[in-house]
Formats: sequence, C-alpha cells, structure tokens
Amino acid sequence: MNKILLIIRREYLTRVRKRSFIIMTILGPLLMAAIVIVPIYLATRGNETKKVSVIDQTGIFYLKFKDSDNIKFHYLLSDIGSAKSEFRKSGDYALLFIPKTDVSIPTNAILYAESNVSINVIGYIRNVMTKTVEDLKLEAKLHDLQLDQKHPLDVGDILRSIKTEIDVNTMKITDEGKEEKSYTELSMILGTFAGILIYFFIFMFGSQVMRGVIEEKTSRIVEVIISSVKPFQLMMGKIIGVGMVGLTQFLLWIILTFGIVTVATSSFIGDKSQKNLTQQNIIEKASKYNPDNLPLPDSAPSRPRQNEGVNQVFEALNSVNYPVMIGAFLFFFIFGYLMYGALFAAIGGAVDSESDTQQFMLPITVPLILSIVMLQFFIQDPTGPVAFWFSVIPLTSPVAMMIRIPFGVPYWQVALSMVLLVLTFIGTTWMAGKIYRTGILMYGKKVSYRELWKWLKY
Amino acid sequence: MELFSAQNITKQFSGHKALDHVTIDIPEGSIYGLLGPNGAGKTTFIRIINQIIAPDEGRIFFNGRELQPNDIYQIGYLPEERGLYKKMTVGEQAMYLAQLKGLSRQEAQKRLHRWFEKFEMKAWWNKKIEELSKGMQQKVQFLVTIIHEPRLLIFDEPFSGFDPINANMLRDEILAQRDNGATVIFSTHNMASVEELCDHISLINNSKVILNGPVREIKMTYKTNTFEVTYNNFSGNLHDILPGSFSVIKEWQEHGMNIATIRIPVNGNPNQLLNALVPHVMMHSFTELIPGMNEIFIRAVTEKSPETIQHN
Repeated sequence: MNKILLIIRREYLTRVRKRSFIIMTILGPLLMAAIVIVPIYLATRGNETKKVSVIDQTGIFYLKFKDSDNIKFHYLLSDIGSAKSEFRKSGDYALLFIPKTDVSIPTNAILYAESNVSINVIGYIRNVMTKTVEDLKLEAKLHDLQLDQKHPLDVGDILRSIKTEIDVNTMKITDEGKEEKSYTELSMILGTFAGILIYFFIFMFGSQVMRGVIEEKTSRIVEVIISSVKPFQLMMGKIIGVGMVGLTQFLLWIILTFGIVTVATSSFIGDKSQKNLTQQNIIEKASKYNPDNLPLPDSAPSRPRQNEGVNQVFEALNSVNYPVMIGAFLFFFIFGYLMYGALFAAIGGAVDSESDTQQFMLPITVPLILSIVMLQFFIQDPTGPVAFWFSVIPLTSPVAMMIRIPFGVPYWQVALSMVLLVLTFIGTTWMAGKIYRTGILMYGKKVSYRELWKWLKY
Repeated sequence: MELFSAQNITKQFSGHKALDHVTIDIPEGSIYGLLGPNGAGKTTFIRIINQIIAPDEGRIFFNGRELQPNDIYQIGYLPEERGLYKKMTVGEQAMYLAQLKGLSRQEAQKRLHRWFEKFEMKAWWNKKIEELSKGMQQKVQFLVTIIHEPRLLIFDEPFSGFDPINANMLRDEILAQRDNGATVIFSTHNMASVEELCDHISLINNSKVILNGPVREIKMTYKTNTFEVTYNNFSGNLHDILPGSFSVIKEWQEHGMNIATIRIPVNGNPNQLLNALVPHVMMHSFTELIPGMNEIFIRAVTEKSPETIQHN
C-alpha cells in the first residue's frame, strides 16, 4: 500500500509542476469566467422589451411585478383558458399564470411561451414571487412573535423559517396550440457545460495516463519498477495520481473562476448579497413591531441600486441545486475517468509508441464522441429513450447523465447508471490490468486485437 | 550452501515453451553466469526470479525457504532493457526508486549521498536524466540497483553502453559487491567477461538447461587432450617421431620457432607426448589447450541443436 502511495505521489508531483499544467490552470478559469460574465454583461445591456401578461388567481402578486427596461408586465383578469387561446395573437413574450392554491401560500407558477423563456425573465419572476411570499411569511411570523415579547429576535431563525422555494414551470405553446413542457436555457447550458467538461476531462487525463505508460515503456524504466512493485499497483498508482491532478485542476478552476467572476461582476454591479438584503428587510420590518428588542445589525449594508438583469442571472444561477450537480459531477467524473483511465492504460501498455495507438483508440473514442454528438437529442428530450439508454450504458453514461442531470432525472435512473458504471469500472480495470501486465514487457512488437484477447487469458 | 534454487521451472507462453523444466542452483557468494543464445529463455527466467511473472510449474527457494513477495527487497535487478524517467531529476529519481525498494526516506537519502560522493556524482543531483550522457545514466542506473544492499544481484548485459573505463569500474564494483557477501547472477553474451568473472554457469538453449556447473569443471569436461608445443632445432616430420595414435592438428612457424598443436588419445597422458618429443627437439614451451567459454558455448549450442544457431 505504501508503494502505491509513492507512485501516486510521483505521478502527481511531476505533473502538477509542469508548465503546461500551470498554463491550463490559468487559462481554464478565464474561459469559464467569460462564459459566466458575458451573459451577465449582455443581460445588463439587452434593450429588447419583453411583454409578459399575468393572471394571478391568488391576488397576492397584483402590481408586485415592476416594469423594468426590458420587461413590461400587464395584468389580465380573464380566465386562463381564453388567455391561452388569445396568447398567440397578442404578440406577448410570455403568459404568467399563478394558480389559486388550497394552502394559503402559493409556491408555484406556470409560464407559457412560444419558445424557451429567457432565464432573465424566469429569474426575475421567481425573484419577485419569492420576495413577496417571504415578506408575507415574515409579517405573519413577526405578528406571532409580538405576542411573545420576552425573547429577543433571532434573525437567523426567522430567515430559516421564512425561506421559500418557488417553482416556475415553463410550458411551450406550439403552433397546434398544444402544450409541451419546455426546459429553461439554464438547464441546457449547465447540462451541456457539465457534459462537455466530463468529456474533456476524461479525454485529457485519460490520454495523459496512456502517454505516461508509453513513456515508461519507451524509456525502458518499466522493468526496473515492476521488479519492485506489482504491475497492477503501478497502473493504479498512475491512474489515481493523474486523476488527482485532474481533480486539483478542476478545484483550482472552480476557485479561480469564482474569484474572477466575483471580482469582475462586483466591479459593475457592486455588492448584492441576497442574505444581507433579507436581513435588512427583517430588521426594518421588525422595528415596527418591537423596536426595543432589535439585535444590532452585524453589518450595515446600504441597499445598492440593483441592476435587474444581473440580478436575474444570479437568481437563475442560485436556483440550481448545486450539491446535486457537483456531487453528480464528481461521481461521474471520478468513475468515468477511472473506467476510461484503465482502458487508456491498457492501450499504453499494448503499444510501443503513440503512433501505434490509433487502432485501439477507436473503440474508446467512439462512445465518448457519440455521447457528445447526441447532446442535441438529450437536451431536446431529456427523459426520452435515447437519453435514457445513453445515460445508463456505462461507456456513454458519464457524459450523457451529466447533460441530463440539470433537467431532473428520476433517482432510480441515476442509481442504476451509477451502479452500472462502478461495475464496469471494476471490469475494465481487471481487464486492463491483464493487458497492461503483459504489454509493458513486450517491446518492438505490433500487437493485434487477437493478441490482446490472448493476454486476457494468461 | 545455495542462496537461490529453482527446481523444474516451466513457463509456457501461448504456443511456445519459454522454460522447460529448468533447474538451477546458485551458491551463496558466487558470480553465476546465465548464458544462452537470444530467445533461449534467460530473460523469462530472470523475470521469474524477480516475481514479475509466475512460473507455470516448479518451485523456487530463496535463502532456504520458498520465494516470497517480500524477497524482492533482497534482490537488485538491472534489466537489459533499462532506462530512467528522462524528465525527472537524478536525485528525485534515485530517491523514488530507492524507496520503492523499501528504504525509508532518511535511509535512502543517507545512502544515496554516500554513493554519489563515492562515484563523484554529487553535481548531478539536480540535473535531469536527459541532460546526462549515456554512460552517466548507466552509472545512476547501476547505483539504484544496489542501493538497498540486496543479497542477490541480477545483471542482464550490464556492460552494454559502458565505455572501457566505466566498464572496468563497473566490473570492480560487481566484484566488490560479491566480496561484501552478495550473490550475483550475470546474464551476458560477452564470453570474455564470463571467463573473467563467473565461478559457475548455466547455459540455456531452447528453453532447457544444457550445461551447468562450476566454470573450471565445465572446461575440464570440454578439453580435448590437445597440447600446444613450441620447439626448434628439428627439421624432420613430427609424424615420424610420434606414436601412431597421436595426431598433429596444426603446425606453423613464428619468430623462428616451430609451433604445433597435438592431440593425444583419451587414454594417453602428457608425459608420453613429452617423452616422444624431447629426444628430437629443443623444447621451449608445453601447454594444455583448455577451451574458452566462447568455444564451449558454440559447441554446446550447436551440438545439441544445430538449427538453433542458424535461426538466431
């Protein structure tokens, strides 16, 4: 065990110190930051006005939606059926329907539109609805607390108790007047981004494993090393070491991207912490009820003039379930990489130089590339059979599942996909170990598939 | 006392037998030559000793008991196909390989510094391998082979890539290792170095051991009762003065001397030859011709299976 750690350490340190690693670490976040910043920047400049009609059966949100530079709201009193049939003629951008609910507090809304609705609009609507509902809850809470004057206000507790999640479902109204559930741009962007990232990471670090193995073969150090460690230890040490380089890079990218985005956006929107706003809100409201028991505000944020566009993008980004996204990403990245890493290592072991790898690369690259090529289909129909099968079959599942996750995938499908992936990882590693063990000691021999098959049985 | 013993080792690779019931005993403290033409199975045998591959049949004993995974810490192996990480620095690389052989960090550091000083390599510590000459790389490679002070050292063609000065140093170092108690297995095609270094040999051909034993004894079994005599003051024919069962193989003249090689029959003895010659010639030298390892190698391999030589 100690020796595998030595190998991991060497693989990790030699790569992390390389100039190319440092360059990639800096370039990656710049690129990703650009992907985040550019839409925000554009959102602040967009000048096309979108008209949204509102049917609010609850009455709570009447006049709460304020017109901004690029969104204009008008309220309809007609029923939803006729509004929908009128919608296509009206030329409105979207129709917001807030149905009456049995419980007192409404938590969902439906947004009808002809095409996908921009995340800005959804973000703004969700934002306003959340605030309105939270304000209502706050009023009620404070009213209750007023009866119990002994306890000082606990802002954190109140914050937790009023926290509200608003669902804004978007429905597409098609030419035939049919309704289809549509998916927001954000899910699309996130899915595509996560899928491509996994694809890219598997390829990049998988081929690093392969090159590392070939390097050990051509430099002829491999026989020296396997006289001290088992070939399998050397292979796994390399795969894990390189994988940790990948995770390090990923982590640095996240941190640096976050840093760049924070700095860049704050330079043109200023501080806009949601928490501070709500906290300020509570204190303001509470002062009306109970001026003596006020806690001192831990900071005194001035309410900055909000830039709606930017806020909406942030709102949309905040709506993502990050623990699930990041958890799934890490799982599919790690196991997808381990599975492919083993295959790449086997290829490296079987050949003498990188130019010989092509015939063996094909069966590995085809599923990976296919899952990227099919991206369009997954996004159009994330719950359809194509998306399902691609995200369950292990060779394509890391990429395909990550594309689907932001759209919401039934848990049993995710679990099935994960179990199959782990099983396949064990299988490919076992296979790769056999091929690798024999291959690394073969010099100057062109190997065929038949030969590899024989090695499996040694 | 044997340090290492392989009993009836058989190893089969798809379709061909690399080793066929090979039995080799290596006495402790010896330098043991493992000889044989290319493809005979030497490397397979060495890899089995190093537990890189496992034999299909047979048993291996090390230090009196069955070979165990941990025994690799007692073995140092310099493969024929050898090299180092080109982009790594000499020091890091040596540390890495020494630790893989079970040395602690501190111990590896201590020993490496001692050896680097001895070999005058201190200035190389922070250089990358690719910046060193081939000979220098070989020195580093040799050093990491012996750094963990193994009891059994295996050198596969150790002299290839060394210039005569470094080869000489390497030879002295191998002998020094032996004198310090290590046992050395030495695989080579270079018969001159076998002659110079080895006490025992095994000759493997076509996956079988065809010759086995102490070098001196093997030479004795391969000698042909042939003597070389140097003489002068004789103008007659050697055939006339020698008994009929003696045969003159070759006669020539050099620096005013006559030289002849003469074979006596198996039941004859050197004194009979001397007695026949001395009354007629002025004798200057008289030597038994002992065959060299080169000759023994070729004879052993071609006699047993003439087709092997042609194939290689």
